[in-house]
Amino acid sequence: MKETSEKTPTVELKLPILENMELVATQTADVVSKHMKLSSEKSDEIKMALIEACINAFEHSKSEEQIFIHFIIRENNLTIKVIDKGAGFDSAGVAIPNIESKLNSEESKRGWGVMLIKELMDSVSFESDHTGTTVTMVKNLENDE
Amino acid sequence: MNSIIGTDEIGDVIVISTQGYLNKDLGEEIFALVEKNISDGKKKFIINLAQSDIVNSIGASIMIEIIEELQEADGTLAFCTLAPIVEKTFTIMGLTKYCSTFESQEAALEHMA
Repeated sequence: MKETSEKTPTVELKLPILENMELVATQTADVVSKHMKLSSEKSDEIKMALIEACINAFEHSKSEEQIFIHFIIRENNLTIKVIDKGAGFDSAGVAIPNIESKLNSEESKRGWGVMLIKELMDSVSFESDHTGTTVTMVKNLENDE
Repeated sequence: MNSIIGTDEIGDVIVISTQGYLNKDLGEEIFALVEKNISDGKKKFIINLAQSDIVNSIGASIMIEIIEELQEADGTLAFCTLAPIVEKTFTIMGLTKYCSTFESQEAALEHMA
């Protein structure tokens, strides 16, 4: 665990863009969640959101490099940044998926990642340009002891 | 390791049990098995995810394809023994509007009978 300052210890991961490497990130999230004494429900939500953010970074970044993940342990929340150096994307242009329109149509059944991340985390923001994308996801500690 | 660990025919119901990460690979494996059984005339399926407590949206999307296949075949699909986060993911995506989930395989079989 790298400590960037006494008050904001940060765990940093660098993942190669290889199949199923998102599971490495979930294992780290598990350790961090236990350290922060998060409930298993919140820990599972974090891991699921992290899987989706990693897959998006792997698939949409058009990058052949690594992705970077920072787990920032704050007093009141866990902030996770998933950073890629790809071509960027317009998060506002991501359509909200709907199963009714996907069933019995030619529409792709995929495209749920951003929606799942937003549903599972307390806040999510995207910063993206032609040099890459940073997804910042926050899970608050409220209601956890 | 993620894979199908069992396929049982119980009455007229096909029960498919899995282990490990429900990702694209495992999703496609399940899809192929369901598709083969549909072509053999089977219409009732239970997917037992007791040993698959982690999923991604690609694997879950393939479950939507299975729902679509079964709608076309006038069949039914149920899931059982889902980890809470898997059930939550399926609920967010809307899968649970089109197939039932059960706490146990026995309950799912009873529903299918």
